[in-house]
Amino acid sequence: MFNSDATTIWVYLSASPLTGITITLVAYGLADRLYTRADRNQLLNPLVVSVALLIVFLMATDTSYEAYFEGGQFVHFLLGPATVALAVPLYEQISRLRKIWLSVSISLALGVTVSTVCSIAIARLLGASAQTQLSIAPKSVTTPVAMAISKQIGGLPSLTAVLVVITGIFGSIVGLRLLRLIGIRDDSVKGIAMGLTAHGLGTASSLQVSAEMGAFSGLAMALSALFASVLVPWIVGLLG
Amino acid sequence: MNFLNGITVLLLYELAGEVTTAFLQLPVPGPVMGMTFLFLTLLLRHKTPTSVGTASSALLGHFSLLFVPAGVGLIDHLDRVANEWLPIGLTLMLSSTIAMVFTAATMSATTALLSKRSAKNV
Repeated sequence: MFNSDATTIWVYLSASPLTGITITLVAYGLADRLYTRADRNQLLNPLVVSVALLIVFLMATDTSYEAYFEGGQFVHFLLGPATVALAVPLYEQISRLRKIWLSVSISLALGVTVSTVCSIAIARLLGASAQTQLSIAPKSVTTPVAMAISKQIGGLPSLTAVLVVITGIFGSIVGLRLLRLIGIRDDSVKGIAMGLTAHGLGTASSLQVSAEMGAFSGLAMALSALFASVLVPWIVGLLG
Repeated sequence: MNFLNGITVLLLYELAGEVTTAFLQLPVPGPVMGMTFLFLTLLLRHKTPTSVGTASSALLGHFSLLFVPAGVGLIDHLDRVANEWLPIGLTLMLSSTIAMVFTAATMSATTALLSKRSAKNV
């Protein structure tokens, strides 16, 4: 009797957005607490841990992604206004930006081109399917923009979202060590490289190093998203 | 009230961006267009209103939380990722490494070059 009651309640709840949004926040809260306890060890990145927890939970309860996304979409939706909000940190660096805007623009435009060409070429060389190649092309662009680009060029937006997130995690774990290894000392240069490659997640880890690196990473993420939305479809067209 | 006003402004700019890109059929996503509009507005006003600053730091302070629902989408691609994990993994690692080194090198080189030139002009 109890069991069938519980099932009825679960059937009702799993169809309601309340469940999706609540488990998202609970999983992230747990993951963030774990991350803080572990001295911010990047291997316990809160995003990775919360995504893993949620996937295990959805599989265990046999819930589809569509059902979860009924609630998840409310969190996902905030990526839109958050992207608009990037104008604020960008504007706050305006005095630095005025001095170096030309070299920033050149580096980002070339960086986006190299990143896109490399992604498609390497994926193709290693025998990835055509749809995977297209989904991987905007992998360094911040999620909402990358998903829009992916949709436009015929990739799978939801696969792109996952690849973007994995790229961001890789970039924030490896990036700072890599940049130190090749002898980059300037925080603004480090920030630009982090933001171009690892978008929001690179910006989050740059902010932990210095406000300057964080602001430049945010700037690189915003500007490269702008460049990418024009350049990626064009490069995809060129590479056939 | 500050946060509410700020988020309203952000949503209005996003909406303006969406409408503009749809009407003019621009290849730029709406939120990026909205960000550009907001940036231009801040340039003209010479300061960030407190409400917009509050909403902006609230949203950006939990930026990685906003990626969670998209990340969970992996559940629908487990087969593809299992089949193509090697090309996908290698592509992500190699092209990210190349892009990072290339961008940092270009930025260092162009900054040095341009500052040398402007020093000469002075």
